[in-house]
Formats: sequence, C-alpha cells, structure tokens
Amino acid sequence: MTIASHPYAFIALFVAVAAAFPLGLLLVCRLWVWAFQPPKPSPVKNGIYECGLESKGDSWIQFKAHYYLYAILFLIFDVEVLFLLPFAASFNVLPWQALLVMLAFILLLAEGLVWAWNRGHLEWK
Amino acid sequence: MRRQGVLLTSFAEIYNWGRANSIWPLQFGLACCAIEMICVAAARFDIARFGAEIFRASPRQADLMIMNGTVTKKMLPQVVRLWNQMGEPKFCIVMGACASSGGPFREGYNVVKGIDRFIPVDVYVPGCPPRPEALLHGLMEIQKKMREEPLTGPDAPRYFRKDTTCEYPIPEFGEHDLVPPYNSELWKPPAPIVREGK
Repeated sequence: MTIASHPYAFIALFVAVAAAFPLGLLLVCRLWVWAFQPPKPSPVKNGIYECGLESKGDSWIQFKAHYYLYAILFLIFDVEVLFLLPFAASFNVLPWQALLVMLAFILLLAEGLVWAWNRGHLEWK
Repeated sequence: MRRQGVLLTSFAEIYNWGRANSIWPLQFGLACCAIEMICVAAARFDIARFGAEIFRASPRQADLMIMNGTVTKKMLPQVVRLWNQMGEPKFCIVMGACASSGGPFREGYNVVKGIDRFIPVDVYVPGCPPRPEALLHGLMEIQKKMREEPLTGPDAPRYFRKDTTCEYPIPEFGEHDLVPPYNSELWKPPAPIVREGK
C-alpha cells in the first residue's frame, strides 16, 4: 500500500501544507531581516503606549480577588432567578415533588450564601 | 528582453513596488491642514486609489507620517516620540507652510519653525493649507521615491544600514526654549548675515 492510497494521507498532506505555509513566510521574513533590514530597537520604540506621551509604569493592572468573587456570586444568583422563574410561572400545575426539589435547590444556594457570608467573602476589603 | 515583451524584474523592484502601493499613513492631525488630509481620504479625492487609505491609529503600524498643521513647541516632543515609535522604513510628508517653516506663526514664541529641524523630511507640500490634490501629488512623489530606492550598497537609505540609528533626540522644555533647539544632524542654523561697513 502506497502512502497516497492511505485514507488519511490527504489529512497529513493538508496539515503539512498548512504548517509549511506560515512557517515558510516567517522564514522568508527572518531572512529578509537578516539580509536587508537590521532591527533597531530603542526604549521609546519598545515602550508600552504609543500615543506620543512618555510611558510610565507598566500595563499590568492588579484586580482584587474579591472582584471575581462578587462576579461569581452575582452569576450564581442570576442563574437562580432563571431557574425559579419557570417554577413560579407553572407553580399551580406542578406536583408536590417539584416543590420539594425547588426547595432543596433554594436551600442549597442559601447554604452557599450563608457560608460565603460567614467566611467574610462578601465584605469588601 | 523587456523590449521584446518579456517581463523581467528584480527583487528590489518587487519589494519597492509592494511598499509604494501599500502605504499606511499615521492618523493624526495638528491643525487646518488635517482637514485637507481628511478630504483626501474622503470620496471626492479618494486616497484609496493610491493604496494609502489605511490610516493607522498606531505609529507601530504606520510607515508614513503626514505632518499637517502648526507644530507647536508643546506638541513637538509628542511628534518626535511618535516618529521614533514608527517602524523603519518610514517616510515623512510635510504638509503646509506651518509644518514646513512655521508659516504665518513663524515669529511666534510657541511655534516650531519647521519640523525638518527635528525629524527627516522626504517631501514638502507647499500651501496654506495645500489643497487635497497637492497632498496627493506629495504622496505620488513619496511613491516615486520608494520605487527608486536601492536596498543595498552605499546609496541605500538609513534603515537598510546597520550603522545608523532610527532614534532621534526628543526635545525637552528648557529654561527658555526647547533643549536641544534643533537636531544638529538634520539642520544647521544659517550663517549670520554680515553687512559691510558694520
């Protein structure tokens, strides 16, 4: 059996061409820089900002972990409303087992909220 | 062979053809001339016909600086810093009387008397402000310059040589004026006029 007749040969060829195309272009660019275009870095050229003003500090911004915690809590209770809305809309037609399931769902969430509250996660430090 | 209809070209010709027809100007304007530059980009004059319609908001993506308007001393450090941040090869069109020489504000204490004292200029477009056609002519001159540039040899421009720098000194505000008041590599003050008998 030759390589060409292999059922996955065209995929291998496709992957090879897909990899060779950008790599070839990158190689040509490197060769061009090496032959003709010497790189000339400078502190201004490598600066963070490019608005004409002098760069000060770095571009890293520190977020408090509480920011993400608040976001997650908001998301959890947002989704809770999403689940409770169809329950409230069809409350009259649901059996009592559904009521129990929804109560368990709300209790689990409430437990999570109480836990987070006790741990002090809801206090902005 | 060219006369026989055989297409012959060189590496440099293809490269220069490519960059002459895909100029990316830096998108910034200083004064009235900027309005004329905006007209150049609009439908009536349509700079896209020359492949130069992509005005970049970042100097790192631009290769043509169109100095359009009055360059004040307050704005000059920003202008030179933007020029330094542009990657090589880069070109500069000076548009209008103010950027070329200070124009009507030449005697003002706050106006730079020509941006060519601080950054190298390739083409001057005269006028106050020049009409869009004049800027297009300046652009065509830049394209002509790009097409004729050698990539190697002693005549090669600064960005193809390893011994040159692309960093130009950024002036700061001194006690009385900008420090340095001009880039001595680019511009020399004219010799004082000495009149006979005095």
